[in-house]
Amino acid sequence: MSSSLNPSSITGAKRWLIAGVLLAVVVSMFSAQFNRYYLGILVDIGINIILAVSLNLINGHTGQFSLGHAGFMAVGGYTAAKISLVISPMLPPALQPVIFLFALVAGGALAALAGLGVGVPSLRLRGDYLAIVTLGFGEIIRVVVQNMESVGAASGLKGIPKYTTLGWTFGLAALTIYFVSALVNSTYGRGFIAVSDDEVAASSMGINPVRYKVTAFVTGAFFAGIAGGLYAHHKQFLSPTGFDFLKSIDIVVMVILGGMGRTAGVVVAAIILTLLPEVLRQFSEYRMIIYSLLIIVLMMARPQGLFTWNRKKGGAPA
Amino acid sequence: MDWLLQQLINGLALGSIYALIALGYTMVYGVLRFINFAHADVLMLGAYAAYFLAPAVSTVFPLPSLTGALIVTLLSVMICTGIGILIEFLAYRPLRQRPRLTVLITAIGVSLFIEFTCQHEAVFGADTKPFPQLLPVHDFNLGGLVIGSNDLVVVVTTLVMLAALWFIVQRTKMGTAMRAVSFNQQAAALMGININRIISFTFGLGSALAAIAGILYALKAPGIDPLMGVQPGLRAFIAAVLGGIGNLPGAALGGLLLGLLETFAGGISGLSNYRDGIAFAILILILLFKPAGLLGKATVEKV
Amino acid sequence: MNRRLLLPCASAFALLISLTGCGQNGDGGIVIGEFASLTGKEATFGISSHEGTLLAIETLNAAGGVLGKKVELLTEDNQSKAGETSNVVNKLISKDGAVAVLGEVASSRSLEAAPICQQNGIPMVSPASTNPKVTETGDCIFRVCFIDPFQGTVMANFVTKSLKATKVAVFTDVKSDYSKGLAKFFKEGFIKNGGQIVAELDFNGGDKDFKAQLTAIKSATPDAVFVPGYYTDVALIAIQAKQLGLTIPLCGGDGWESQTLLDIGKDAVEGHYFSTHYASDAASPGVVAFVADYKKRFNGKVPDAMAALGYDSAMFLADAIKRAGSTDSKAIRDALAATKDFEAVTGKIAINAQRDAVKSAVILQVKDGKFKYLETVAP
Repeated sequence: MSSSLNPSSITGAKRWLIAGVLLAVVVSMFSAQFNRYYLGILVDIGINIILAVSLNLINGHTGQFSLGHAGFMAVGGYTAAKISLVISPMLPPALQPVIFLFALVAGGALAALAGLGVGVPSLRLRGDYLAIVTLGFGEIIRVVVQNMESVGAASGLKGIPKYTTLGWTFGLAALTIYFVSALVNSTYGRGFIAVSDDEVAASSMGINPVRYKVTAFVTGAFFAGIAGGLYAHHKQFLSPTGFDFLKSIDIVVMVILGGMGRTAGVVVAAIILTLLPEVLRQFSEYRMIIYSLLIIVLMMARPQGLFTWNRKKGGAPA
Repeated sequence: MDWLLQQLINGLALGSIYALIALGYTMVYGVLRFINFAHADVLMLGAYAAYFLAPAVSTVFPLPSLTGALIVTLLSVMICTGIGILIEFLAYRPLRQRPRLTVLITAIGVSLFIEFTCQHEAVFGADTKPFPQLLPVHDFNLGGLVIGSNDLVVVVTTLVMLAALWFIVQRTKMGTAMRAVSFNQQAAALMGININRIISFTFGLGSALAAIAGILYALKAPGIDPLMGVQPGLRAFIAAVLGGIGNLPGAALGGLLLGLLETFAGGISGLSNYRDGIAFAILILILLFKPAGLLGKATVEKV
Repeated sequence: MNRRLLLPCASAFALLISLTGCGQNGDGGIVIGEFASLTGKEATFGISSHEGTLLAIETLNAAGGVLGKKVELLTEDNQSKAGETSNVVNKLISKDGAVAVLGEVASSRSLEAAPICQQNGIPMVSPASTNPKVTETGDCIFRVCFIDPFQGTVMANFVTKSLKATKVAVFTDVKSDYSKGLAKFFKEGFIKNGGQIVAELDFNGGDKDFKAQLTAIKSATPDAVFVPGYYTDVALIAIQAKQLGLTIPLCGGDGWESQTLLDIGKDAVEGHYFSTHYASDAASPGVVAFVADYKKRFNGKVPDAMAALGYDSAMFLADAIKRAGSTDSKAIRDALAATKDFEAVTGKIAINAQRDAVKSAVILQVKDGKFKYLETVAP
C-alpha cells in the first residue's frame, strides 16, 4: 500500500470522531420518533461498522487474513450478556449505563484475550494457513459455547436487557474508527502498514512484525468483543449459530468491498452491506443469489474496493 | 477390542471420503495457489447429476448394478467437469493476475451463488432428496465386525484416484506442464506451455474428482440436499491443510487422520458433542509445530 | 466546513431523513406477518410450515376472509440465520403493520422474535417451537404445539410400558435446542420409571456419518435408542444403525414425521416408533379434508407435521380474530388466551395459563413403508 505520510490524515481521524459523536448525539435525540424497524437496522449498521473497522486493522492494515471475527464477537457478546444478566437485577436501574459499560469492556477484554490466543499461532503462519486457523478458532469458540449450559448452550441465551441505543452504538463506532485510524496513522502505527507491505523488509528496518501482528489481533478482537456486547443487548437473544463461519465471511466482504486498509471505504461498505439485504427483501427468494452474484461481480470490477476516493491509487496489498 | 476395530473401520471409511475430496482441493491449490471454495458445491452438483440421471440410465441398465453405477458416475463426471471448467472460465480466469485474496473472496462468492441458486425451488429446492441405490450393497460380517460394501468401494476408489492423480502429475506430459505452471507461471508460459489450457485441465480434473466424491458420499448417506457439500468440504479442506496443501499424498494422509480422529472422538460420550471442534483443534495443534502441514515443504522466505 | 467532514455528515443526515418515514397499512385487509426459514440450513422445515400457513390463509380468503375482510399474509424469510429474525419481525410489525405474527419452527428463532412481539404488544403464535422457554417471554406469545416436557414423558412412558425396555441409549443433536430439550425430558421421565440410561452420545445436525456414535451405542447393549432428531438425520442414522447390525427399536419425537424419512430410510426405518402431533391416516374429517386440500395445492405432497401445525397456527389465529370481533392486537391476544376447545387438524387445543397448547400426542410406528397409528396419549 502506498499511503503517503500525509500529515493531515491524523486530523482526518479526529474528524471522523467528531462526525460520529455528533451523529450519535443528534440521532439519539430523535430516536423515539423512529420506526422500530429502521431503528434496529441503524443499530445493526453501527455494530457492523465496528466489526468491519476492527477487522480492517487485522486484514487490511496489517495484511493478515482472519476468518474468525465472528468468534471474537461471540466471546464479547456472551460475556457482556452474562454479566448484565447476573448483575443488573442486583443494582438499581439508575446504574444501568455503568453496568452496560462494564459489561461491554469486560466482553471486549475477554475477546482481546482470545485475540491473543489467535495472534500467537499466527506468528508462524501466513496466507491460507492463517485463514484456516482463524476460521478454526471461530468454530471452536462456537462449539464451546454450544456446549456451555451456563450460557444456554444450543437453545441460546434469552432475556438480555435492551441496553443498546443509537447513542451507545454510534458513539462506540466513532470511538473505534478514531482509535483504529489514530493507531495506524501514528508513528508507531506505520509499522502495521510496513508489516503488511513486506514483512522481511520491515523487520530489517528494525520493526518487530511479531509485536505488530499480536497488537493488531488483540486490538481488533477487543473491538469485535465490544460489537458483540452491543449486539447482545440489541437483539436481546444470543444463539451460537449466529456466530458461524458465514458471519465472519460477511465481515470480510465488508472489508474487501470497502478496500483493504481504507477506513472510510470500509465504513461505507458496512453501511451498504447492512442495508442491501433489507432493500432486497422484497425479492426475498432471490436475495441471497443476488448478494452472492454481487460479491463475484464486485471482485471482478473493483477488487481494490468500491470506495477509494480519498487516497492516491495504489496497488492492493497481496 | 471389537469396539476399537469397528471404530477403526468406521474411521478409515470416513477418512477415505475426506481424503478423496481433499485431493481435489489440494490439486487445484497446487497449481493455482488458491483455495477453490466452490469445490464442495461441485461435489453436491455431482450427487444431484447422478440423482437426475439414475432414472434415465436405469431404463437401459437396471440399477443397482455395477455397469449402471459406472455409467451414471461417468455421465455425472462429464457434467461436473464441464461445470468446473465453466466456473474457472467465468469467475476465476478474469482474476488471474489479481491478488490471491480477491480470488479467494470470489471463490466464496461462487460457492454461495451455487448453494443459494440450488436451494431455490425452481432449481433443486431446499429439501432433502432420497438418493437412489446405484450399487448392490452387502454388509460383510466378520465375527461381530461389520464392513459395508460401500465403504470398501470408497476406500478402493480413493486409492485408485490417488494413484491415478500421482501418475498424471508425475508421469504424463500434461502433469509436467501442471508442475511447471505451479512452479512459475511466467516461466512456464515462456517455455511454450498454454497456461489457460493447463488451468482448465486442472479444474476439470478437480471437478471430476469432486463428482466422484459426491456420488460416493451420497451412496454412504443417501439423503442429498444443496448444502450437503459444506460440511465434508470444510473437513476435507482441513485435511488438505493438515497434510500440507498442494501435496497429494499429504491430502490423503490428512483425510485419513481426520476421519480416524473424528470417529474415535465421536464414539466417546462427553466428547462426541465437541466433534465439530475437534478437527480444528487438532489442525491448530499440528500447524503450531509444523506450520506447512505434515508433508508440506517449509518454504524459505524469498527476499 | 471541510469537504471531508461534509461527506459523512451529509450521508448521515440523508439517512436520518429517510428513516423517519412511518409504516403504512395494507389496503384494508387484515395484515398477518409470518417469519419462516425459507432458505438456509433448516429451510425444509420452514417451507413445510409456510405451505401449511399459506393453505390456511387461502382457504380463509376463499371462504370470504375473516370479519368480512381479506387476510393478507406477509411472509419474510430469516434464512435460518440467527440475528436475522429480529429485523424481519421488526419490519413485519413496525413497517408493515401486522396485527399478529406467526412463526416459527425452530425454538431458537422463535425466542429471538418473542421479546420484540412482546414489547410491541403484538400476539405471536408459534406453530412448532416445542421448547418451554418460548412462551415464558411474556403474555403475547402462544403456540399450537405441545411442549417438550409432555412429549418427552409420553415417549418415556411408551418405551417403559409398551416396549418393556429397561436400558436405553440417548442419541442427541447438540446443535438443536429442540433435540436437547426433548432428550432431557425423556431422560428424566425414563429414570423416574425405573429405567437406566446406558449411553449418551451426541451428533451435530447435518452430519452424514453416525457410525462412530452408533458403534459406541451398540457396545453398550441397550434395549432401545431414543433419537430426538429431525427426519433428515434420523433416516441416515437408521440406515447406518442397520448396517452395523443394531436391530433394537429406535424412538423419537415429532421431528421424525415426514414422507422424506420413509423415502430415504426405506426398509431401515421399518418398525421404529415416534410421537407426533397428528396421524395423517386418521379418519377424522378435519384431517382428511386438510390432507386432500394440501395435496391438491402442492402437487400431491403429503403434508407432514410441520405443515399441519403451520396450517393450525393460522387457523387458530383466525379463530381468535373472529371471536375477538376486531383486529386490535390486545383483543386478539385476549381471545387467543381464552381459547378452550379449538378443533385443529392436529387435535383439540386448549390454551393454558402458560399460553401453551394442551393437546394430546399420538404415537406412530413405521410399518410397511407407512406411518401406522398406534395410540393417542391425552395430556
